[in-house]
Amino acid sequence: MNAIIFSAFFGVVMMFCSWGIKSAGAQKNITLFGLLVLILANLAQMNGWWVIDFDTKGMLAFNRFGLYTNTILFGLTFIYIWINGEEIEKIGNHAADFYALFFFILCGVSVLTSFDNLLMLFIGIEILSIPLYILTGADKKNLLSNEASLKYFLMGSFSTGILLLGITFIYGATGSFHLATPILNTTTGLPREQFLLAGGLILLFAALNFKVSAAPFHFWTPDVYDGAPTVFTSFMATIVKAAAFIAFFIVFESQSKALGYTWNIILPFVIVATLLVGNITAVFQRSVKRMLAYSSIAQAGFMLFALYGKSNFATEGLLLYAVVYSLATIGVFGVLVKMKEYSFDAFNGLAKAHPLLAFTTTIFLCSLAGIPITGGFFAKYYMLNALYVAGAGLWLLITAIIFAAISVYYYFKLIQAMYFTPGVPALQEVSNAYQYKLVFIAILLLVLGILPSVLFNYLYF
Amino acid sequence: MLLSILFIPFIAAIILLFIKDDKRANATAIGFSAIILGVALYIVFTKTATFDIAWLPQLNSRFLLQADGLAKILILLTAISFPAILIATANNQPKQKHIFLSLLMFTQTGLMGVFLAGDALLFYFFWELALIPVYFLCSIWGGEKRIAITFKFFIYTFVGSLFMLIGIILLYSNTTDHSFLIESFKHATLTSSQQMTAFILFFIAFAIKMPIFPLHTWQPDAYEQSPTAVTMVLSAVMVKMGLYGILRWLLPLFPIAAKTASVFIVDLSVIGVLYASFIAIRQDDIKRLIAYSSIAHIGLMSAALFTQNEIGTQGVLAQLFSHGINVLGLWIVADVIEQQTGTRSMKDLGGLAKKQPTLAILLIGFAFANIALPLTNAFVGEFLMFNSLFQFNPWVAAAAGVSIILAAIYTLNMVQKVAYGVVSEKINRMQSPNKNAQAVLIVLLVVVFFTGVYPQPLFNLTADTLQNLFVK
Repeated sequence: MNAIIFSAFFGVVMMFCSWGIKSAGAQKNITLFGLLVLILANLAQMNGWWVIDFDTKGMLAFNRFGLYTNTILFGLTFIYIWINGEEIEKIGNHAADFYALFFFILCGVSVLTSFDNLLMLFIGIEILSIPLYILTGADKKNLLSNEASLKYFLMGSFSTGILLLGITFIYGATGSFHLATPILNTTTGLPREQFLLAGGLILLFAALNFKVSAAPFHFWTPDVYDGAPTVFTSFMATIVKAAAFIAFFIVFESQSKALGYTWNIILPFVIVATLLVGNITAVFQRSVKRMLAYSSIAQAGFMLFALYGKSNFATEGLLLYAVVYSLATIGVFGVLVKMKEYSFDAFNGLAKAHPLLAFTTTIFLCSLAGIPITGGFFAKYYMLNALYVAGAGLWLLITAIIFAAISVYYYFKLIQAMYFTPGVPALQEVSNAYQYKLVFIAILLLVLGILPSVLFNYLYF
Repeated sequence: MLLSILFIPFIAAIILLFIKDDKRANATAIGFSAIILGVALYIVFTKTATFDIAWLPQLNSRFLLQADGLAKILILLTAISFPAILIATANNQPKQKHIFLSLLMFTQTGLMGVFLAGDALLFYFFWELALIPVYFLCSIWGGEKRIAITFKFFIYTFVGSLFMLIGIILLYSNTTDHSFLIESFKHATLTSSQQMTAFILFFIAFAIKMPIFPLHTWQPDAYEQSPTAVTMVLSAVMVKMGLYGILRWLLPLFPIAAKTASVFIVDLSVIGVLYASFIAIRQDDIKRLIAYSSIAHIGLMSAALFTQNEIGTQGVLAQLFSHGINVLGLWIVADVIEQQTGTRSMKDLGGLAKKQPTLAILLIGFAFANIALPLTNAFVGEFLMFNSLFQFNPWVAAAAGVSIILAAIYTLNMVQKVAYGVVSEKINRMQSPNKNAQAVLIVLLVVVFFTGVYPQPLFNLTADTLQNLFVK
């Protein structure tokens, strides 16, 4: 509860802060301070020090997993703003507005990690999405950004409509919005109600797939990610996506067993389609930004493994994957925003001109590809193990690793451009301080790559 | 002690990143590799040691290092190879030599880890770790077609190791105590079809690394395009990772599946031996010739391993070491010739014996070892290996035996073209001999003949491994 209240509060503070404080640097610092307070408030609830508590009538349930996820996602947002502050200021006229929107998104995130009622899921997704539509169109004078925003808004509203329809069906079948109630049970209940319930769950599944950009509901992703200002793409592809996955996980974690056989047909279909579309299309991209958009679809395919069945591997793996993938993506986008253009050729000769920058980028890409000593390896390992433990067929694991090998192809294309192709990189001025910030992310990824267990130490007690 | 052999090369690699001066970087690298050799000798001559701490408590994975005979012999090979390579190629001048040397040291860390790891996840970790620096070494400093060929090599081995990862997951999930330790894996409860699946998954990874026909296509190109020092590491030490994997993981974990698949794999290996030998005969490039000859030798070792016969395994264990030394010697000779004449083509060479008799004698010495003549170390191993193949199936042994004749043809052909005949223009331009390389070659040749005449130390070293494999 602390997180929801504080994030909304800071959102309002940031909205009005540009009246008094004109300096963009000061606004960024206030935001960072606000985030620290938010993290502390959330930690206070997690450890039972201090909670603003009132009866939510079972709409929200705060458990260790949700609160810990909050802490992690807020921490990631902190790193994101710490690194990208200067770039955010360059877009539009009022940076404070964007910071306010970030806080509202975090409010949506806090709802999505703690809902216990399908209505709250709907509200959380709306709180999360509406600021995103604005952020996508933040670059008002850029036509592509406007197009992306409109596209995202139309398709996003449509998918929310489907979500709502699904929730209605479930309510019609069970008479409750409560998350634990709508469990498909073929032995009891009237056939019509079962039919409604199944239909509702499928609609819910489709709408959530849209939010995490899994195929075949991924069509908005490349255009929106490409059109949005690069800094905001970085935010959308990481923290927002992770939050959507957590919500997806919470809804279907309890359902997967009850859905049984049906689930084992639908989910592998979505997984394979997502991996296929993401990886194969990414191979053919000429623009690094679009490649990263497709790679984020491909990575979503891997994160979907966590939904296959309930296990420790799934819970821990999803968290680890969200953190590692977000860190690496924030890092790669951190380099990308400093490029003058986004083609692969723009990276030629980066290793010679900026060895440190090229090296950190290599670590980010290796992590995305899942190569050992970077966090990405354990993230992929946990996901594969979760899949196996949940009883998936070996063919699915083998398909997954074949696509993982394909992903090496396009990530390493960038490494090849940086290290082995001579040329002059189309890079803007990059300060040393900025490079050290990226090195910090790279170190975090290496730590998670050698000792991923540091992440789980606070998950259970 | 076991931990230090992992950390010394790692620390050396980090230090080397900051030594910009070529000469000093070289001296540092050689100094560190000498220290590693010292530590390795200490490990080899002391009792079996282990190092064990918890690594990932949630997964129940342990940071377990074990040095038994098999690990010891390969650590020794690695520790001998690196200083030999560094000294012999000290005069080569790649750009940014300190980074080159640093990456070589990272590779050594990975290799030591692979040979010592007693935990499957740790093993996988180092298995990949050994590959990544090699990718950068070959792609930055290699020949003209380096980028595409190294990438092929990388993807090939990466896919192989991912298959192994699934195998590890399969075994891990079926262990009773949910652990990655090799002992727990041995007691995993698998159905026979599961055992076969896991066997195939592991085998693909090792077969690509060795490589076994028909998964060998990355190798000759990669050897040819890599910078020489890396080629030496690849063929002297890295291909042993595949054989090591079979000895350490595949045969002990899946004895029944290995028995079932043995005929198939032995046949495949023997086909590979003959195939590679025939191709070697047609080669004009010395590097490619050595590459194909190496595929033939490794194929023979894999065939002997899958006969699952005590004598054959004994031969392979000795040959693991001997093949490394022999092929290293051949590469160094080839490198000296290439550095001084600028060519590797046998057409342009000839008359080395007249111009540089010492080098020619060394070449002939290693050529004999390559054909496995008696008194050389390879004879011991190959004799035992053929013995086991004969017990397995005389026809297979006869087919593999042809490779001895073929080996003599291509090796002696090379000796003839390079060492004898009219002194060619390019050989005539050769300047003073490379003293460092010759010193290394002499030392290696002493090892070749010493272990050829008195192989007992090698057998003693690996006795415990053999006992574990065959005495139940």
